[in-house]
This record gives sequence, C-alpha cells and structure tokens, in this order.
Amino acid sequence: MGLIFAQLLTGLANAAALFLVASGLSLIFGVTRIVNFSHGSFYMLGAFIGYSLMQVLPGAIGFWSSVLLAGVAVGIIGVIVEILVLRPVYKAPELFQLVATFGVILVIQDLALLIWGAEDVLGPRAPGLKGIVRIMGEPVPKFDLALIAITPFVLFALWYLLTKTRVGILVRAATQDREMVGALGVNQAWLFTGVFFLGAALAGLGGAIQLPKGGADLLMDFTILASIFVVVVIGGMGSLPGAYIAAVLISVLNVFGVSYLPQSTLVLMFVVMAVVLTIRPYGLLGREEKAGEHGQVGEPELPIKPASLTIRLLVLALIALLACLPFVAPSFFTILATDVIVFCLFAASLHFILGLGGLVSFGHAAFFGTGAYVAALLVTYVGTPMELAFLLAPVGAFLLAIIIGWLCLRLSGVYFAMLTLALAQLVWSLVFQWDDFTGGDDGLVDIWPSAWLRDTTSYFYFTMVIGIGGILFLRHLAHSPFGYALRASRDSARQAEATGIHTKRIQWVSFAIAGALAGVAGALFVFSKGSVFPVELEIAKSFDGLIVVFLGGVKTLSGGVVGAAALTLVQDYITRFEYWRLALGLLIILVVIIAPNGIVGSLRKLAHWLPFGRSKST
Amino acid sequence: MTSILQVTGLTKHFDGLAAVSDVSFEVKRGELLALIGPNGAGKTTCFNMLMGQLKPTAGKVEFNGRDITGLPPRKVWRLGIGRTFQITGTYPSMTVVENIQMALLSHHRRLFDFKSYAHLEYKKEAINLLELVGMPEQAERACAILAYGDLKRLELAIALAHEPSLLLMDEPTAGMAPRERIALMQLTADIVEQRNISALFTEHDMDVVFAHAHRIIVLNRGEVIASGSVEQIRNDAQVREVYLGGGTLYQSADGSADGEHSHA
Amino acid sequence: MKLDRRTFFASLALVGSLALPAFATAADTIKIGEINHYKRMAAFAEPYKKGIELALDEVNGAGGVLGKPLEFIFRDDQGKPGEAVKIAEELMTREGTVMITGTILSNIGLAISSLAAEKKFLYLASEPLADSIVWEKGNKYTFRLRASTHMQASMLAEAASKTDAKTFATIAPNYAYGKDAVAAFKKALTALKPDAEFVTEQWPALFKIDAGAEVQAIERAKPDAIYNVTFGGDLAKFVREGTTRGLFDGRDVYGLLTGEPEYIDPLKDEAPEGWTVTGYPWYDFEEGDNKTFVDAYMARYDERPGIGSLVGYMTVQSIAAGITAAGSTDTDALIAGFEGLDVDTPVGKIHFREIDHQATMGAFVGTTALKDGAGIMVDWSYKDGADYLPSDEEVAKLRPAE
Repeated sequence: MGLIFAQLLTGLANAAALFLVASGLSLIFGVTRIVNFSHGSFYMLGAFIGYSLMQVLPGAIGFWSSVLLAGVAVGIIGVIVEILVLRPVYKAPELFQLVATFGVILVIQDLALLIWGAEDVLGPRAPGLKGIVRIMGEPVPKFDLALIAITPFVLFALWYLLTKTRVGILVRAATQDREMVGALGVNQAWLFTGVFFLGAALAGLGGAIQLPKGGADLLMDFTILASIFVVVVIGGMGSLPGAYIAAVLISVLNVFGVSYLPQSTLVLMFVVMAVVLTIRPYGLLGREEKAGEHGQVGEPELPIKPASLTIRLLVLALIALLACLPFVAPSFFTILATDVIVFCLFAASLHFILGLGGLVSFGHAAFFGTGAYVAALLVTYVGTPMELAFLLAPVGAFLLAIIIGWLCLRLSGVYFAMLTLALAQLVWSLVFQWDDFTGGDDGLVDIWPSAWLRDTTSYFYFTMVIGIGGILFLRHLAHSPFGYALRASRDSARQAEATGIHTKRIQWVSFAIAGALAGVAGALFVFSKGSVFPVELEIAKSFDGLIVVFLGGVKTLSGGVVGAAALTLVQDYITRFEYWRLALGLLIILVVIIAPNGIVGSLRKLAHWLPFGRSKST
Repeated sequence: MTSILQVTGLTKHFDGLAAVSDVSFEVKRGELLALIGPNGAGKTTCFNMLMGQLKPTAGKVEFNGRDITGLPPRKVWRLGIGRTFQITGTYPSMTVVENIQMALLSHHRRLFDFKSYAHLEYKKEAINLLELVGMPEQAERACAILAYGDLKRLELAIALAHEPSLLLMDEPTAGMAPRERIALMQLTADIVEQRNISALFTEHDMDVVFAHAHRIIVLNRGEVIASGSVEQIRNDAQVREVYLGGGTLYQSADGSADGEHSHA
Repeated sequence: MKLDRRTFFASLALVGSLALPAFATAADTIKIGEINHYKRMAAFAEPYKKGIELALDEVNGAGGVLGKPLEFIFRDDQGKPGEAVKIAEELMTREGTVMITGTILSNIGLAISSLAAEKKFLYLASEPLADSIVWEKGNKYTFRLRASTHMQASMLAEAASKTDAKTFATIAPNYAYGKDAVAAFKKALTALKPDAEFVTEQWPALFKIDAGAEVQAIERAKPDAIYNVTFGGDLAKFVREGTTRGLFDGRDVYGLLTGEPEYIDPLKDEAPEGWTVTGYPWYDFEEGDNKTFVDAYMARYDERPGIGSLVGYMTVQSIAAGITAAGSTDTDALIAGFEGLDVDTPVGKIHFREIDHQATMGAFVGTTALKDGAGIMVDWSYKDGADYLPSDEEVAKLRPAE
C-alpha cells in the first residue's frame, strides 16, 4: 500500500515537467494552429539556461529565480523565433510553418553545442529540498513533493490568466475563431507573439524545473518531443486541463508499467494514446474539429492538367541525362542519385495523400520502414530471392496502410496526423523491441541484391526504372478519375458525398496506395544499403518526408519530388562542414521565408511574374 | 399526380432542443415545392435530413416509395436525388467543367478508374450541362475565381449531372443580385418542366417563391404552420403574423436584411 | 511575399554550386575514411577525434607509413546508418581511401561492416561494442578494436562472482546494446556462480528513463546487488534518484562503462561511490605508456582524455601498424596485415585475432570513489581482453562459415 502510494507520487512528480512543456505546445497550437516541432528545443534551452543561471545565483532564492528567469529567457527566444521566422509565413498553406520550426531545431542544436559544449550537464539540486521524507515508510524525495505542489498552481495560474483576464479572453476567443478576433480590432500578430512567448516560456520552465531530477543534454529536444505530442493529443489539442490530466495519466501509468511490466517502457505511451483516441477521437477534453473550420489558409490550388508535350520532352531529356550519369560521373554520383530517387519516391508517395488528399500523415515512415523490413526479413529468414522479396515488400506496406488507414481515417486534420504518428511509433517500437525477430536496434544486415543487380550501376538503373516509374504512376494517378475523386474529397467532402463519392473509401484506398509505394521505396532502400535499422521507421524519418513535401510545395504536383531531390543534394554537400546543422537550419528557414509556396510553387509564381513564361504545368 | 418524396413525422433534436418536430409533407411528381419560413425555422435542418447529411431523431423519408431515412448522402444521390447547398461546396482546385465531370464520373461509377485522364471523360456531357445553365464560356476557368452567382449556377449544373428525378435546393439564389435571382429561378423552373423532374427548394426571396413555386410549405420553429397554393399562403393569417413579426415577408428584393447568408 | 529576380538567380546559382561538390584532389597520402556521429554523439566523438589527430601527428612526424603521410577524412553520418553507408561508398570510390574506420553506435558499425564485405573493402570498427560485429555478423573484411560488450560484461561478472551476493537486479536501456550487455553478464555470472538469481530486469527506454519509478521497482525486488548498463543522461538520473532514495545503500553495484570519464565526469560530486565499474583511470597513471599518452594528450589539448581519446589514438596506431605489416594498401594485403597483428599501445601490446578479427584490447576495472568533487576509479587494474573471450571452438561456432 505504501509502495503504491509512493509510486503514485513519483508519477505525479514526473507529470510536472511534462505538463509544463506540453501546455505550452497546446497553447501555441490552439491559438496559432502551428504545430511547433521546435518546442523540444525550447525545453532544452530552458534546461541549459537554467543550469547556467544556477551556477551564478546562489541559494534557494537563486535556484527558484533561475527557474523563472530561464522561463522568461526562453519566452524571449520564442518571441524572436515567432517574429523572424514564423510571422512571414502565417499566410502559407496550413502546417507549412512546421518546416520553419524544423529549421529552428537544427539551428538551436548547433548553437547549444557551441555555447554549452558536448558534454551532458548534471542539474544542480534544489537547495533545501535535497533529502527525502518517509511517507508510509517509503522514501519520497522532497523535491518530488515540491513539483507535485507546484504543478496545480501553474495550472491554476494559467486557468486564471486565460479565463479571468482580458488578454486571456482574447486568447481563448482566438482558439475558437481567429478571424473574429481580428474583427474585434485586436492586433492578431501581437496576440500570436504573446502566445508564443507564453508557450515557449512554459517549455523553458519545464526544462529548468526538471534540472534537479536530471540535467541538460543535447539530445533532450528530440527525446521529449514525442511525449509532449502524445500528452497534448490525449488531453485534447488546445486544452490545458486536458494536458494536465494526460500528463498525470501517462506519468502514473508509466510508473506502474515500469514496475509490473518493465519491457513496456517503449510502447506504453503510444498504446494509451491509441486507446484514448479510439474511444474519444478528439482527446479527453478536446473539442471536435470540424473539417474546414479554420479554413484553408493561403490561395487555393490551381487546376491541374497533364504535362504538356514540351514538359514531357523536358522530363524525358532529364531522365535520359540521368541515365548517362554512370558514364560521365564518378561512381559515387550513381550512389547519390540512387539515394535521391529512393527518397523522391518516398516523398512523392507522401505528397500523394498530403497534397492531393489533404491527409497530413506524421507517420509515413512506417510504410517505408515496413517495406524495407518485409524484404529484409524475407531474405534473412526464408532466404527469399531478392526479386520475390521486392514484390512482397509493397504488399506488406500496403496491408499495414490498410490497417492504419482504417484506424486513422475516422479522424481528420491534426488529430489524424497525431494518430498516424502514434501508430507509426507503435510499429517502430514493435520492430525495436522484438529483437529476436527483427534484430532490434542492431537491425538486419547483409540484405544485398541478386547477382544481376549486385553492381552499383545496374542497381542504379533498376532504381531508376522502379523509382521513376513509381513517381510517374502517382503522377498519372493524380490525373485519373481516382485522383480527381481524391481531390474532390479534400476540397469539399460534403459536396463529394452529396454526389455519390464515398470520400473515406477513396481516402482509404489512396492511403494504402501511398503506403505501398513508400514500401517500394523502402525495398529499394534496403537493397541499396544492404541493411535496415529501426531508424528507418522513426518519427525523424516521417518528418524528413513532411519537410521535403512542404519545402517543395504541397500545392503542386511535383513538389514532393523536387523538395526531396533538393534536400538530399544540399544535405549531402552541407554535412561535409562542421556546423552543417546551423547552415542547413538557416537555409531551410530562408527558403521558407522567400518561398512560402514551396520551391515549385514559388518558382511557378515567379515564372508567372516574369515576362517570358507562363508555364502551366508543374 | 403521385408523390415522389413522402416525409412523415420528421423530427430532429439537438441536445434536447427540437429543431424540427413532426414535419410531414410530400413532393408530387413534376412539382416545384417551396419550403419557406423565417430564420431558424428549421429549413436547412429539414433539408439535411432529407438527403442524409443529418440523421433524424424520428420520422421517415420515402423516395419513390422506398424508405431512405438515415441513408448516407451518397446513397441517396445514387437513387436519383440531386442537391445544392445554401453555402456552395464546389471544388475550388478544379476547373468549372471538371466540377461537373467529377459528378458524371461518379454517376458512371468510374471513381476507381486509375487509367483514364479524368479531364477528358464526359466532357461533352459536362459542357452540355454548362450550356443548360448558361455558362459554357466559363468551362475552363478555375472554379476558385468564379463569381458567387456563377457558382450557384454551377452547383445547379452539377446537381443535374446524374439526371435526378428530384432536386433539393437550399436557397438556390442566396447571395445573388436581384436580377440574377429571378433569372436563375426561371431557369430552374424551366429545367424542372422540360426534364419532368420535381424540386423542393427553400428561399428567402418571396418574389421568387411566389413567382415560381407550385405549392408552398411554411415552417416556423420547426413545425409546419401552413401549406398550400401560392394564393392560400399569401392570404394565410398565421403566415402573415410570423413574417410580419419577423418583418421579412415582403421585404425588398435584395433579401440581405435577414442576415442568414451573410456568412456565406 | 515577392521575390525579386536577382535573389532568385542568386539562389539558383547557389543551388547549382551545391549540386556539384568539388572533386577531391589526389595527393600523395594514404587516406583513411573515418565515419562518425560527430554531431549526434558529440561528447564521445570529439575526444575520439582528438585522439586520432594526436596519433596522426606522431605517426606522420615519424615519417608516416610506407613512406607516405597518413591522412584521415572525417565525415559526419548524422547518426543514420543509411547515410553512413552512402558516405562509406563515397569514401571508397571517390576519395581514394584505402580503408574505413569509425562509428560509436553499433548499428552503424554493423551497416558499414556489411557494406565492407559486399564491396570487399577493409573496415576497422573502432568503438562499437556489439558482439555480433565480429561474431554472428562477422566477416572477413571487418576488424574490431575496442573490448566488446561480452568482454567488459564478463569482467564485471567475474568481480560479482567473488562476492556473497545471490540475488541480482539488472537495469539496462531497452535496445540491442542493453540487452546484449545483460545477456552477457547473466551468462558469465551463471557460469561462475550457478546459484545466482536474477530477481528483476528493468528496461528503461534509452534516454527516457523514469528514474524514480525504476528505483522503486528495483527496491521492490530487494536484490543483493545491481548490475547497471544505463549511461549518459539516464545514468545521471538513475544515480541521483537511487542515491536520494537510498537504493544503493548496502548493495553491490556493477556498472558497465560507468567509470569512463565521458560518463562519470558529468556526475561530478554525485558520482556513486563503491560501484565496481569498467572505465578509464587516466588520472592515476604514474608511469609507462599510459602516462605518456595522457601527458601528450593533455599537453596538446589542455583537457583530460576520455576513453574515446584512447580508442581514437589506438585506432591510428593499429592502422599504421596494419598497413606497415601489409606492406601495401591493397585490401587483401591489408587483411593479411591485420590478421594476427600485434600493436604496441598505451595499454600494452594488443593482438588482432585471426579467428574472429577481435583485438585483445582490454578494459580497466575498479571501484568508484569521490575525490575533489569528482568521481574516480580506485583499486583498479587493467584486464587483458584476451582472457575474457570465449574459447576458439565457441567462436568458430558463433562466426558464419566463410
């Protein structure tokens, strides 16, 4: 009994930092609709800044003022990010801003490395709260009790701010209806800035306040990211009490999971999330998100037409040029081109559902990885010849996409995105955990192509045929009646349903097709690299896909492919330099700001502007 | 004249509040029936239950003698009911003609066709429909840049694509200039007559209603308070009371005073 | 947002220049490709790189290898195996390197090892610990320098077998390395002490430990001794919660790698006392090659060496010796050169075994203590890796037939 109570207290204490960080994310999303990937970086900065301040400010007063000052400092950093990076792109297509926040992650990672060095720092203990008290005979750290006491207070303070003050009422009004707030004569830009300050400050506070339980390191930005997304989604996007309940739920369950099911540490959170969203699709305290409620930001997409003869010839010439590569360039370029094509196919498959279907999947890597793993497992265990494994890989990815699509398509918008993320993480943890079968983190190795493709050049041609074939197939699909039905379902589900289109079924099929083609990309990948590891189905891989699709241009047909090719080539070049993350981050932010319609979208606009060209097809 | 649509005891509660209660009426073949009533009378709710966008709390909807209560909109559509919405819902990323082609592709069950080029399919039929509503010259324009009145006409063309036997039109002329309204309603009336289809429509503009409706049903606070010919309704004391209370029965033709489509 | 034409063409030019990386100029050096997670694992990769650069200067100062200077090409793989394979192929085909070395993460080591076998190119896995690199997944083209998980876990199991502890708890990060480390420890300990009993196994997610809960769970099992495999931020949290809640009081604790400066230094004055650990007591050498290396390192960088520094240094020494023994940079000659190669290093003579290509580099085992507000190892001794490797018959069974 005593132990169970003590475990409960541990869970409540763990919930503190999680809640602080998650509430900031929830607030920012609620008001600005920005999915802030860089929120974990704010958390990391809070920890490092808090640590530095604690070295200077002595005693208990110094400790607590360091925590507060770290919050303020990170809040100010949040404001800088908002003004410099996000404000120029508020009018961009929905979710485009997440690309900018991804750039911010990279920049902050390198800056933190420059300032605080590579070594982990251990957080100072809270003066006066170092010991334990015994509750029912069990030791409970005093600092845990302090955290348990502080969190409801913060929740109350936020609640008071949001419900009892004028600013708060405006913020809440903005979470319901952004245009309305604008109509009230409130400067929306500064309201957003203010919210960003508060959200970032909460993340900073969370980072600083967890110092006595841990410390600061350069990986903590990504390690907390998945957890806070889960908390926000379980609680209900935009709901602070929901975030609190979810943080407590996750933390307490985790404590008992650790004790009674030690192997559960990877999956537990995502299982809870999947269960909650299955029962309550909009989270515990979330509001139902009506389709199109927030309007399609930005200009509507232009009608599409199959490429003109000129463009077709141009593409053909490009392909022919690519085919000459092995004869004119050193063999490394063949390898690089293989990588580029594989990533382009992956991006094109994501772009198909994201751009044409309006289905923002945060878990697309699950299908890429599944394709790769199905092939690798077949080769490893059954000695399947490469050709057969290659055919079965997309089948595996297709089946997984059928299941995940069925579960996720009951939701829409950001909730759909989050559920895909959770399920993809489940797949990832399965692969990661089940090491007897999948090799766990050590992966599956020695998965090489058959003799006739063993050579780099032959494999490059094989990749060209399959990869470019897949991309062209998807492109053709966009022009087919099915592709039109998919766009119709995105443009106006109501109208589509009222004219006989089973929108969910169309979306489901497209999701499965996209999954299968991602699986093809995965199979191409595994035979080109000879090995596969769980990182291929990680969140970061899914994010890579998202980034390139947005960067290339969601509202264009070739956005995914162009974005993927551009990023792979730039990355290959830029990672040769020491501070490549800083450079790449800045470059991404720059592209986002100059080309808010993505590379292709903005080039097309530019072409429209210039006297010499009004090219219609892209 | 037999009835094509039979509505019996249709009721809808939202959180215990009755939006529509016990509404019964029928649409006869070839009839142009108007459903009128002040703001919040339950007209749109009623419409949404007819085609399945909303599930009724109670009541029955029969189409050609077949019970279609609670069927999803796409199935109702396949049975031969076309619909337009108060707030248009066309596909902004497609051209005008493609919007109609989409409905035609759906009608011909070609949605899972991965092979053809969609923009080449049923183009002639689509252009014919555009001609019918008088906008063939707009065929290749992007739908997103269409004027509101044109969108309304486009919606009508789309609703006619699968040769429905019944048209449901929720405020077909909302947001249009007075002259356009009359023209569109005249067009609708002509189509109904030529193609021998029936139509049920809601409308704010009484001039439009009185000029074209064969029969009128008046809803107030979710209940039918009157039904009958144009003349009967014009002289119904209760209707006058309701409308004079709301002050909108003989309002000026621009119709914007009621505000219902201001957010359109 | 408008875009003026000049910016556009400027950015086009930029993209163009990026797409055509400069071709490497051939110089008269022997090039070694070094792939690592310089950003992702900066705390480990930086001392490692410094160790390499120190040794490179020494080797080249003494006239290089085969009459040519040795040159390392350092590349960052972002911590992604796929990326590492691409870079390895570039290093092999375009940069003119004669062999590949590097990586800390085992999965990337395995990926490069597989590629090495496929492309018939030599790979010296310097730091990755996974046993499978030389055993289950071992191949002709891959050698490994550092003492593997199996070797280091066996050293701790040997120490644990000499105590009265009967019941053991284990805590390890929930991924391949953690699982290998626990399995190796259990196997070695059970062999030495058949009545040892494992009462609980805790598997926190890597870098996401819920330390309070883990400590409570271990406490609930009331073990005599604890075997710790956590490291980095997880270790810090575990030690702090465990100390605060009195978990370590009266219990033997064995910590794999816990005594390595990279891991114990961040703990500062909260470093656990009395744990039996593997590590690197650089501060305690009084004489000999160990001392010489530490002094040279500190003189050059004005900071303490880590275990990574030592491994980096020994990597260059091994490569120089291997190429010298081969007498050529041809892959087959290099393999012959490395097989059975003896290298003089700061820790003594190490030997690259013919049977599994594992080097016999050992590890320092000692007890942790606090001195001047920092964790150190006392009563340490250097255990020769050769003594902690399975018998040749067992190894032959583990390795795939060639």
